[in-house]
Amino acid sequence: MENKHIISMLVEDQPGVLTRIAGMFARRNYNIDTITVGKTNTKGISKMVITVIGDDSVLEQVEKQLNKLIDTVKVVEIGKDGVIRELCLIKIAAKDKKSKDELLNYSKIYKIKFVDVDTKSMTLEIIGTPDKIDSFIELVKGYGIQDISRTGVTAIARGSNGKNNS
Amino acid sequence: MNGAHAIIETLLKQGCDVTFGYPGGAVIPLFDAYLDYKGKIRNILVRHEQCAAHAAEGYAKASGKVGVCIATSGPGATNLVTGIMDAYMDNIPIVALGGQVPTKLIGNDAFQESDMMGITIPITKHNFQARSADDLAPMIMKSFMLAGQGRPGPVYIDLPKDTQIHQVTKPFPKEVKIEGFCPTFKPNNHQLKKAVAAIAESKKPLFLIGGGAVLADADKEFAELSKITKIPVTTTLQGKGIFDEDNDLSLGIVGMHGRKCANYATINTDLLISIGCRFSDRITGSLESYMKNVTVIHADVDPAEIGKNVHVDIPIVGDAREIIQGLVDAIKSVKLPDWSSWRDEIHKMRDACESCTWCLDKKKIHPRMIIEAMNKIIKKDDIVVTGVGQHQMFAMHYLKRYKPRTFISSGGAGTMGFGFPAAIGAKVAKPEKEVFLIDGDGSFQMTLQELGTVAEAGIKVIIMIFNNSYLGMVRQWLEIYHDKRYSQVHLGKGPDFVKIAEAYGLKGINVSDPAKIDSAIKEAIKSDVTTLINFKMEEESNVLPMLPPGGHVKDAFGGCMKIPGQFI
Repeated sequence: MENKHIISMLVEDQPGVLTRIAGMFARRNYNIDTITVGKTNTKGISKMVITVIGDDSVLEQVEKQLNKLIDTVKVVEIGKDGVIRELCLIKIAAKDKKSKDELLNYSKIYKIKFVDVDTKSMTLEIIGTPDKIDSFIELVKGYGIQDISRTGVTAIARGSNGKNNS
Repeated sequence: MNGAHAIIETLLKQGCDVTFGYPGGAVIPLFDAYLDYKGKIRNILVRHEQCAAHAAEGYAKASGKVGVCIATSGPGATNLVTGIMDAYMDNIPIVALGGQVPTKLIGNDAFQESDMMGITIPITKHNFQARSADDLAPMIMKSFMLAGQGRPGPVYIDLPKDTQIHQVTKPFPKEVKIEGFCPTFKPNNHQLKKAVAAIAESKKPLFLIGGGAVLADADKEFAELSKITKIPVTTTLQGKGIFDEDNDLSLGIVGMHGRKCANYATINTDLLISIGCRFSDRITGSLESYMKNVTVIHADVDPAEIGKNVHVDIPIVGDAREIIQGLVDAIKSVKLPDWSSWRDEIHKMRDACESCTWCLDKKKIHPRMIIEAMNKIIKKDDIVVTGVGQHQMFAMHYLKRYKPRTFISSGGAGTMGFGFPAAIGAKVAKPEKEVFLIDGDGSFQMTLQELGTVAEAGIKVIIMIFNNSYLGMVRQWLEIYHDKRYSQVHLGKGPDFVKIAEAYGLKGINVSDPAKIDSAIKEAIKSDVTTLINFKMEEESNVLPMLPPGGHVKDAFGGCMKIPGQFI
């Protein structure tokens, strides 16, 4: 059964590492849904979080093929119980007071920050699971979305399990 | 010491005393340094960079050492690509050194600049680009480690010209470490025990041994395992030679053009013990039906191979030699069942294959006649290299090999033109052995400029051209699957190969009479220089038996007709 799987990996911070990983996905016919990269507390090591769509056998092959890449230090799957977050910036048309008030109300329910506002639009910052972001986008679609920018998923294992940084 | 000297010093420390290369602007400093290391390292000057890579492959396959090839930037380096890809597909340890424009010019679309890092990512185990002369020694050390350890493969190093010229400022590291590279060497004991238990319970066990066992030099260990268990043995193309093919447990090659007895065993076994084989489509045919309801033990050094194509019941990850030794140790304490009726069944099939005289009575030369002549004449230690096509499949099927690293062929990639340069590399690695090249007229014409290399460097190989004036394998497919609509497969009259050999100062022999095959081969063996035998043969002979592509193993057709059962 096709599912979204979140893979968290530590990689050497080398030129071309992203090309190697993206290329492996393309060559073997796997789909990357989202990918995020950032530094870790270890110098020279970056953390990459990739969302892959596929069944369990695809996931198994992806993990094995990622492990084979020389720049890859560690690969783990973050299960559904992990802490999963995405950040989304969304610019919504809001020309009148009514629209602005309504959006303000939604933002309280969704615990969203306003980061910019002018006479014609409001820009909001949503942090949450991809599902939460999807449902908010669905909610405000009627106002007219002028621009949207999502970071892709980042994730971390819960509790003291899965200490990823070696 | 400049970067170029550092490269050679490091190559020498890695045990490399010969390279295969071709110069050009971006590697002038590197080849300049060779003049300062005369007697310690030499370069075989090839006539085309692709052949430098194939020669490095042949060298690596024959010797078990890492092969090294060198080309200049841009077109020089892109010419290496086919050879690098071939090494990647067949897991051959080579280090390819490519020149690059000076670091300051990278990205400027400078003269003879190409993004070799980008180009080689999908066809190498790893690649490096030196950014300073101090990078070179550790990079080369890492490359040898990566190429040779775990699942072997090619590594590419990009060498900007200035890094070869600049002075080295740091001492060489004593050893190198790569955090993300720690291949499993020792197999898990628990898995070995499970495998042995499955063997002890099986009724019709079968070995399938692939190139991984050759790469791990596991022939002695496997001979012992075979002696203890007396389980029938099949191999893949790359596994050929790991087991004495005259042994009556040896069924030969499986797969699309495999032997009927081997394929028979494949579909009648209840336990497949596969070691160092990656189950390519040429082995399995249709994956839907392959090994259905059969217990599969799959041992490989690369965990990603396990479960990739075929279901696996008992996976074992580790070095093939360690695994086989582990099985030998574990199996000694187990009482094995009596498999004599399974062996009798198999032996009946094997005897039918062995006594088959298919095509040996033809009036014109048939590929099989040459192979059978070689079986009589050549030594067990001699090395046979092939090109790609019908001649290769005939050699794979009918030629007997007895020792590992004595049969060298491009399997995964199927690279036409591979044979001649690979034979050169093999001869450089093993000058004391006779090296025979079985090649097609199509395949040979892709890399025949290397006659210049062997003539100048005084390298002797025996070139046997199976000349049928066709790109025979494609012609065969057109005949069988495309209503004989022959398109772009006839090579016409072709050149006078003997004259070509003679033009290079080499020896050439024309043979068209089957009665003269033996004497021509013997004459070539006696010759001091590279000798080309042009076997003019029947034009439209097919490699049989054959499995339809994507079909079931039981659908094999053609070839020897003596075999009973579903193989008629």
